[in-house]
Amino acid sequence: MKYLLNSKSWKWVSIGLLTYTVIGGFFLPVPRLPILNETIRILHFHVPMWFGMIIMFAISFVYAVKYLSTKELKYDLYAKEMVSVGIMFGMLGIFSGMVWANFTWGEPWSNDPKQNASAIALLMYFALLILRGSLNDDHQKARITSVYNIFAFAILIPLLFVLPRMTDSLHPGNGGNPGFNAYDLDSNLRIVFYPAVLGWTLLGLWIATLKIKLSMLQMILDDK
Amino acid sequence: MINNRLKLILLAGFSLLQLVAFGQSPVEMADNFRGEGKIYVVVMVILTLLAGIFWTLFRFDRKLKELEKEIESKK
Repeated sequence: MKYLLNSKSWKWVSIGLLTYTVIGGFFLPVPRLPILNETIRILHFHVPMWFGMIIMFAISFVYAVKYLSTKELKYDLYAKEMVSVGIMFGMLGIFSGMVWANFTWGEPWSNDPKQNASAIALLMYFALLILRGSLNDDHQKARITSVYNIFAFAILIPLLFVLPRMTDSLHPGNGGNPGFNAYDLDSNLRIVFYPAVLGWTLLGLWIATLKIKLSMLQMILDDK
Repeated sequence: MINNRLKLILLAGFSLLQLVAFGQSPVEMADNFRGEGKIYVVVMVILTLLAGIFWTLFRFDRKLKELEKEIESKK
């Protein structure tokens, strides 16, 4: 985290990867599939939102544990800002998914298990922010939200990775099949998709570091 | 014997048909749109937007650094 807060070079990596994502994502050949048609390119923009969200929540989880073991308020701050950027990614994922689903599945919300599960996941993390906001004492706030965060992350994993796979889903790779089968066949998608995930995640981290710096300044001002 | 030869010819014929079907893929893609070069407009617009977002983020970075210094010096 110290490196992320103080260094600038990784931001250029994010810029480079996202520029490549847009250029490669629109120009490189993609598989010609019925129903999806040209919209398969949304893969490079919609799916990285979820990857980003999960990575942000995972980092947040790590800092929640770190806070509980060290009782240093800055770790709680990292955890909180990571959650808020994760929620931003999740909301973007849901809304971009709804636009895409309206075209391919015929309606924006078809109660697909993965749609429902991700909505529940987001609600859990909304509750975390509300819980935080309702407490006044800094250490009490940090302790309770850290514990909540750990439980929320523990539920997030089965919610997104296990439960949708146990039933039929409109999402590819669900209903008994592991992750990426549908895309694994096509290396044209992969050479853009993985850089896209990294680029969007780094952009999320960038926003998170800005928020963290801002809250740290706020904390210094409040102490005075 | 003839039967076998007929089978072979039929097999080759149908295999070729498959190739033809594969060549003119029935899935509709935005080929015309690309052919006319309009895709460049789309990509340029998105790249411009991205550049604006990055620029703003860098500006936030700089502003925050200035604020940090100011608060540090007032301590």
